[in-house]
Amino acid sequence: MTIIDHTTADVPSPHGSPEDSGPLLEVRDLHVEFHTRDGVARAVNGVNYSVSSGETLAVLGESGSGKSVTAQAIMGILDMPPGRIPQGEILYRGRDMLTMSNEERRLIRGQKIAMIFQDALSSLNPVLSVGYQLGEMFRVHQGLSKKEAKAKAIELMDRVRIPAAKDRVNDYPHQFSGGMRQRIMIAMALALEPDLIIADEPTTALDVTVQAQVMDLLAELQREYNMGLILITHDLGVVADVADKIAVMYAGRIVETAPVHELYKRPAHPYTRGLLDSIPRLDQKGQELYAIKGLPPNLTRIPAGCAFNPRCPSAQDICRTDIPALLSVTERDGTELPGRGSACHFWKETIHG
Amino acid sequence: MGRYVIRRLLQMIPVFIGATLLIFLMVNVMGDPIAGLCGERQCDPATEARLRQEFGLDQPVWQQYLTYMGHVFSGDFGTAFNGQKVIDLMASAFPVTIRLTIVAIVFEIIIGIIFGVITGLRRGRPVDTSVLLLTLVVIAVPTFVTGLLAQLVFGVNWQLIRPSVSPAAPFDELILPGLVLASVSLAYVTRLTRTSIAENARSDYVRTAVAKGLPRHRVITRHLLRNSLIPVVTFIGTDIGALMGGAIVTERIFNIHGVGFQLYQGILRQNTQTVVGFVTVLVIVFLVANLLVDLLYAVLDPRIRYA
Repeated sequence: MTIIDHTTADVPSPHGSPEDSGPLLEVRDLHVEFHTRDGVARAVNGVNYSVSSGETLAVLGESGSGKSVTAQAIMGILDMPPGRIPQGEILYRGRDMLTMSNEERRLIRGQKIAMIFQDALSSLNPVLSVGYQLGEMFRVHQGLSKKEAKAKAIELMDRVRIPAAKDRVNDYPHQFSGGMRQRIMIAMALALEPDLIIADEPTTALDVTVQAQVMDLLAELQREYNMGLILITHDLGVVADVADKIAVMYAGRIVETAPVHELYKRPAHPYTRGLLDSIPRLDQKGQELYAIKGLPPNLTRIPAGCAFNPRCPSAQDICRTDIPALLSVTERDGTELPGRGSACHFWKETIHG
Repeated sequence: MGRYVIRRLLQMIPVFIGATLLIFLMVNVMGDPIAGLCGERQCDPATEARLRQEFGLDQPVWQQYLTYMGHVFSGDFGTAFNGQKVIDLMASAFPVTIRLTIVAIVFEIIIGIIFGVITGLRRGRPVDTSVLLLTLVVIAVPTFVTGLLAQLVFGVNWQLIRPSVSPAAPFDELILPGLVLASVSLAYVTRLTRTSIAENARSDYVRTAVAKGLPRHRVITRHLLRNSLIPVVTFIGTDIGALMGGAIVTERIFNIHGVGFQLYQGILRQNTQTVVGFVTVLVIVFLVANLLVDLLYAVLDPRIRYA
């Protein structure tokens, strides 16, 4: 089995291509806009991030921050029109996917980059058995027969630890519980052992105990296959255990990037600080829970300057005029903090103050 | 599944009794069947009394109904006043109408669904707008206008078809009448499919299918179409009954000697036996078509099957 190749870390990946040294996926200055009747909604405004094999990037942000749209742009499943990608690059192993033909992109989808969606009940086809939907991956991409595909589907269901997989392979999505359905989604994404999995809020629709199980399973499988993982979430609690690095998004921009524990210790952006402060904590029992004032901006009318300025407790005049660039963050003495960046005019005050 | 079928079959009994009783009463209320027999003249009282007794018309209506139903279940639909057995009329009329219905349904399925899929996937584009406009015209214009126009243009002016269908009514002569008969339903099928496709095309499971890297045609046929056809199947199923019985106008225009033609004759001549007999069979056709739709529903949608 190929799993063994993946787990022995220093053996070069069997996909051996010259770009293996670079990141698996790199998003460069991606812009996405939607043309609606109310004007142009700028959902993504210059996002940069990269993921390597075996690495987990968590993309954090409120609803409407552009995190899912970025993921859909990577997958090539944006509705276009009304969506449009006016500029930017999405490099998969060094090749820009936005310039590829539809057929080339289709062959990447599912085989190389797979996606796990939020609501497994609506994301699985209600009229096809789960075995069929899982087996379809093998039948379409690998040309297996119906019978072989079904056997593979059972194998997959076993791998994501669905009990009695053999008996349940012909069941339909509505006959499974929420957690089991999400496992099926994971199995489907995993089917062809892709290089990268994008999980769009995989646990949002689940209750807390099941959330933990599903996240553990995802993390375990990621290690086993040495995949890259982009975990999109708005739940800071989910991120802490699983992610290697975090990108915080606000109004279609990345406002802060950091290795996971650094971010929790010392946020370098007022928005991140606000998010962290609004997590309920045991030692603050009885006190009122902090909340970031105001609402996320309307994407057709993003405020001038820093998009966060109307809600920011430490906003100055410059924040209302100049858009802050994502600058690297350093220690007080100037030593660089690897992987850290903040798009705030006052990041120094925020992190060190 | 078995219990579901049995329950549905049992439900058909009261519907059948109710529908046939209503028809029976309506035809009896409609007028005196004997009066129609003697044409324009007043009937001779002695003959009238004899006829009444012969046909059992001197008995109370409920008894007539029971007697009639008893005969129906032994395969005897009675005799029309002109001496022809109703069952013989049926034997000649139903095959013709069934052929006509098949032609119409095939048109509905093929053209309606193809148009529906195309317009549903290209919502707001010129194709969509023009097809939508066309369906609106077809729905708005009554069948007798479409039928007469088609007959005039294709049959008389261009002479592509025979304007009047021969008594044998083979399939090839029924193509144009079938299209005319199907036209309104076809427009509805198009619109129904279009809405259904457009709605489901935005659904999460279609997005998943695309994200799985499936080719576009597979996404459409396996994932989108299957879900979108559920309401369309219902419509087409119930339409089978409507087409079989409602072809009166089309059958008159193209002179097809089918069910509609016989019913028309029966009503015109106040021929109770013919009318009630044909309608009884049509009720059964309706009921069976509906049952088939419900069963097909369960085949298409597992959520119903296991409910």
